[in-house]
Amino acid sequence: MDCMPFALDLETLPGAVPVRRAVVSSDKLRSVCTAVHESGGLLHALWGCDERDRKGGYLLRVALQDAAGLLLLELPMNAAQPCFPTLADIFPAAERMQRAVYDLLGLRAQEGDTRPWLRHASWPADCFPLRRDYDDRGIRAAQNESYRFVRVTGDGVHEIAVGPVHAGTIEPGHFRFSVVGEKVLRLEERLGYTHKGIEKRFETQPLMQGQRLAARVSGDSAVAFSWAYCMALEGLCGITPPPRALWLRALCLERERIANHLGDLGALGNDAGFAVGLAQFSRLKEDLLRANQRAFGTRYLMDALAPGGIRCNLDEANRRDLLATVPPLVAEISTLHEIYDDHAGLQDRFTGTGRVEPALARKLGLIGLAGRASGQSWDIRCDHAYAPYDKLAVRMQGRLQGDVAARVAVRFEETLESLRLCQMLLENLPGGELQLSLPPPAKRLGIGWIEGWRGPVLIALEPGEDGLIRRCHPHDPSWQNWPVIEHAVMGNIVADFPLINKSFNLSYSGQDL
Amino acid sequence: MLRTLKQITRIGIISEPVPLTAAERGERDALQQKIRRIYGRALCIRHVDAGSCNGCELEIHALNNPYYNLEGLGIKFVASPRHADLLLVTGPVSRHMQDALRRTYEATPEPKWVIALGDCGCNGGLFGCSYASAGAVADVIPVDVTVPGCPPTPGAILSGILAVLDKPRP
Ligand code: SF4
Repeated sequence: MDCMPFALDLETLPGAVPVRRAVVSSDKLRSVCTAVHESGGLLHALWGCDERDRKGGYLLRVALQDAAGLLLLELPMNAAQPCFPTLADIFPAAERMQRAVYDLLGLRAQEGDTRPWLRHASWPADCFPLRRDYDDRGIRAAQNESYRFVRVTGDGVHEIAVGPVHAGTIEPGHFRFSVVGEKVLRLEERLGYTHKGIEKRFETQPLMQGQRLAARVSGDSAVAFSWAYCMALEGLCGITPPPRALWLRALCLERERIANHLGDLGALGNDAGFAVGLAQFSRLKEDLLRANQRAFGTRYLMDALAPGGIRCNLDEANRRDLLATVPPLVAEISTLHEIYDDHAGLQDRFTGTGRVEPALARKLGLIGLAGRASGQSWDIRCDHAYAPYDKLAVRMQGRLQGDVAARVAVRFEETLESLRLCQMLLENLPGGELQLSLPPPAKRLGIGWIEGWRGPVLIALEPGEDGLIRRCHPHDPSWQNWPVIEHAVMGNIVADFPLINKSFNLSYSGQDL
Repeated sequence: MLRTLKQITRIGIISEPVPLTAAERGERDALQQKIRRIYGRALCIRHVDAGSCNGCELEIHALNNPYYNLEGLGIKFVASPRHADLLLVTGPVSRHMQDALRRTYEATPEPKWVIALGDCGCNGGLFGCSYASAGAVADVIPVDVTVPGCPPTPGAILSGILAVLDKPRP
């Protein structure tokens, strides 16, 4: 977007990804958001900060994504009546984020849905945990709260309530279906069950170890979040990790992507009644995890990264071992791809199910893997290739159909692309140091932005006093994508919900925080 | 179809023996008999995510892959607490899940066991206790066995499941 007409006072933040920042007024916030939306950009994240101890008020931060990178808008609010204009009419994805900002900080959007989102009943409505003067004395266990679900009335309409505890090994959340016969008229999600106070917890963590908590925002994206954290911190310290560390980080990130895609491809086969798919793909995933264990001493690479570099080295024998696993895995996946493509029953369940047309995807701000399956071509590894992706020429995958079949196809293609990247990374792995020590960080805002397997994850980090974190906001793409599932299931049969849900495979923990 | 069959026969059976010592194996056989004696059927496990980061779930999924052949041991995961003998609870217990966890526990018929899985389930892990997290599973429902790890490996989870059978509830 061209920022000239808005006379924004743009400041470029230091770091590996392009971030511009500007302080705006309420009016300007809305007009810039509208312009970004009209020029094809989208809302990436929205969060608040308590700045009463420094500047006498609160701050709303809105991260927009456009062709040039991230545009971070900051709206100061006074302490007495902190409120801001709603952005939900421009970016529907803003709605839940705005509700969360109220639950945690008491900053109110002037219009729109005022129901709580992350707060159920475990803290009183007039207590705001992310305020600096909040104390825990008000806490009590969640009572049976009453939440106003939207009622659908009409002849033969009935409700099905599912969760929070589900029938399978998945995370907790509540789904309220309004159905006629087998057909879903409406789905309403109620999330927030796994809210465990991650943002508040960050404020007790040493700055140099925050990547550990970041890795646990959503365990399936541990590498993505810990890298984003490290990137934010390294930007503040003004350093770039040594090349070998960056290449190993990318190797870890691609292996995390492959592991999750393999798991999902198996589970999607299973949800469509093809148990062989689950058995075969979970075998391949286990092989990959065991290779991680051999090479890095950990199956999920939870704590592989550290500020300034990486903690686990890859010796020559293990490098060869990992390299040798690539061609057979490519062959196995190609065989299974043919089997999936040829299976009439699978294709029947996949095709046309849970469709999100590109226009709807754009309107709702669908992002990441699911976005690419609906024609939304964003991938930070290609758009703003941070090192070492600047040397790898990642080929972005995508589809326009936006159905389960498209999300399956994108997973297959991204898995093979990641394997190609792994091969390049392993063949050309530079030597040298693994970790630099960090000079003291600048006391300002740092941003880390990484394309995880599900989509882009963001960390906004501010150092505090005594080597602690002042504020850290982690953002998972599940925030934007959860509301889209409500649209994707409309008109489908209830029995297809697990399949549709799995085809997005969103994080509960990552959005509940 | 032909391709599918070819793939199945090409890969064959990949299940591994349970990674136990001979003594442990004897113990396990005894336990298997015990399961059969008590229940006359498989041991039924119900997983409850009480607020985890979803890392522990990945390893529970892994435990269900063909390498570990869980059902071959007489252990299976079920969809309802009413069918379960054992609750496998992950995560620090978020205050929003506290009630649901307690109710799931109450819905599970006696005799029942509980495993607190992962560092979070054992002691709250990195999330600790806060306005939003009630910490360890044992602070909410009775726990028989704890399995530390972040996340614990499938082998560790399996050992925990076998260990639990040694501790029948009164
Ligand atoms: S123990 Fe580790 S993997 Fe398991 S829920 Fe806690 S942080 Fe996640």
